[in-house]
Amino acid sequence: MSDEKVNRRWVLMSIGVLLNGAVALLIATPLVGYLLGPIRKNGGYNSWIDLGDVSQFGLGETRLASFVNPNSVPWDGETSKAAVWVRRTQDQKFQVFAINCAHLGCPVRWFPQSELFMCPCHGGVYYADGSRAAGPPPRGLFEYPYKVQNGKLMIDGGQMPTLATTASVRKESSECTG
Amino acid sequence: MHRIKQIYEWFDSRLQLSKPVIEAATHSVPRNTASWWYVFGSASFVLLLLQIATGILLALVYVPSAGEAWNSLQVLNQQIPLGWFLRAMHGWGSDFMVAVVLIHMAQVFLFGAYKFPRELTWILGVFLLLMTLGMAFTGQVMRFDQDAYWGLGIGASIVSRVPFVGGRLVDLLLGGPIIAGPTLSRFFALHVFVIPGLMLVFAGLHLWMVLVLGINDWPMPGRIVKRSTYLQEYHELTKRDGIPFVPDAVWKDLVFAAAVMFAVVLCAAFLGPFGPTGVPDPTIIQTVPKPDFFFLWLYTILSFLPENLETPFILIAPALGILFLLALPLFAGEGEKHWKRRPIAVLSITVLAVGFAVCQHLGTYTPWSPEMQAWSGDTLPVRYVHTATPLGRQGQIVFQDKQCRNCHMIGGVGGQRGPALDGVATRLTYDQLVRQVLQGGGNMPAYGKNLSPAEVTALVSFLETLHPEGQRPARDASQQYISTGELDPKQPGAQ
Repeated sequence: MSDEKVNRRWVLMSIGVLLNGAVALLIATPLVGYLLGPIRKNGGYNSWIDLGDVSQFGLGETRLASFVNPNSVPWDGETSKAAVWVRRTQDQKFQVFAINCAHLGCPVRWFPQSELFMCPCHGGVYYADGSRAAGPPPRGLFEYPYKVQNGKLMIDGGQMPTLATTASVRKESSECTG
Repeated sequence: MHRIKQIYEWFDSRLQLSKPVIEAATHSVPRNTASWWYVFGSASFVLLLLQIATGILLALVYVPSAGEAWNSLQVLNQQIPLGWFLRAMHGWGSDFMVAVVLIHMAQVFLFGAYKFPRELTWILGVFLLLMTLGMAFTGQVMRFDQDAYWGLGIGASIVSRVPFVGGRLVDLLLGGPIIAGPTLSRFFALHVFVIPGLMLVFAGLHLWMVLVLGINDWPMPGRIVKRSTYLQEYHELTKRDGIPFVPDAVWKDLVFAAAVMFAVVLCAAFLGPFGPTGVPDPTIIQTVPKPDFFFLWLYTILSFLPENLETPFILIAPALGILFLLALPLFAGEGEKHWKRRPIAVLSITVLAVGFAVCQHLGTYTPWSPEMQAWSGDTLPVRYVHTATPLGRQGQIVFQDKQCRNCHMIGGVGGQRGPALDGVATRLTYDQLVRQVLQGGGNMPAYGKNLSPAEVTALVSFLETLHPEGQRPARDASQQYISTGELDPKQPGAQ
């Protein structure tokens, strides 16, 4: 290379670098967009899900209900299914809890005798109304918004409940009922 | 022979690789580096190659689809000849690799090998450790059984705690709103393409630097590393007392690598593959998810952290730890290498090793988890039932029926979440027992809402009998005084 800082070959190489930079940007933009594709704003995956006839939930009882997630793909297999704990407190009043422990998401189990939910992972315990009883969970069980339509119990869901999803961060709404 | 030499020369005249390869292999290393302590790095690399080989063979059968992965593992385990053995080799190879990488790192740290000029070798090594752990976690996901499913749930729950962007990160991690098909697919891409590709590049550079910078000379107390003089000293040492790496030093690496691989084969053949456990059906809640061996310590930590420390600790501590490891050679690049002159280094490794061992041990039997079947499955010791009053027997039924046993041991059986209750009557008076049952406290739920007064009376009447023979139950001296007007003369301290 000659002593001059700018010469013909330098300019040609710079043009080549710039061209490749521009093409790289052109390619990278859709690639990043594709990668970030699954991100939706809170509740963006939610829709009203039918849990079935309200008559299958006995008054004063808490039982497991399952549904197929509306956001599933054909190759999901068993994982397209999801479960919730449904508690019927009055004729038209329900509480629908996520089975996921508010601590780290393990599936909590309902014990009707002691009226407690217990988590098998780190020992979180919740009362019948979903409020935190003991152990490491930072809050009560996640609760789904619900409505009763044409005799069917519907919940607003579709996303795995975590501490970050606002749809499920309704702080213990029923805390004062105890 | 002549023919073989001709073929060799035909290739070599075109590839021109023999000269640089032979030079690299026979390069001079300080005699004191030909040590049994210096074999862990090469063994890690050999294990990486073994994992790649067994991984490719598994990929011939494995179906990376949420709907089929579990079934394809069953086929591998049950139908394909030696499929179970391949799975076992890959699983045990993974455990051995994490173990050997950790030992390698501890050895390098204690021998001061991260100091000048090998800082970057160490930094790449930290990334290699993280990638090894990443492979172990994504590998557990590949199994796509119940443990994998709920393990992903735990991962998502941890990520969701990141301020502001937690929810978005969960979407990215899972590839959608739930753990399902897209989740397995992206972890498959990480486990099979992304991380192994990066690992090969990083391991190649790591090895290259060992080659060009030389193997760390055996540390001696008082032989201080200085940036200005070290290279010269190392060069002189190699010249004065050097041996060719091949064959004088390499034989120990070869023997150890063979021994490690033989151990993997033995474990695989006699202990078999890991899982899969139950189908990844989230509506099956009768499950007790548990992480793989090398994440048990994390399981322990997550159950012992106080609630208010949890999010900061989970999010900040790992980042600080990794930053510290990455920065270590930059602020401690000079000075003493020998462990006898580095008490803090020895102490840190000791504390970490003991802490790790304790957490792993606790993680294997999870004393913090309720025993979900204890209430219906465990029996009471005969001596308690034999002498029980009718009210006490009622209490025993309440005790079992209300799942108290899930958290409390009696006679060495039951959950360990709460204290064992043999002898509880010597620790708590009648009133204190009632209060504890009704109000809970510590890590116990309050049962006030869930028990009728009659049930509480029966339960506490049973708990009152839980004291060793010949030892009296605790009692409240003031109660005695109020009801009788005098102190119990048998109580210590009574005049």
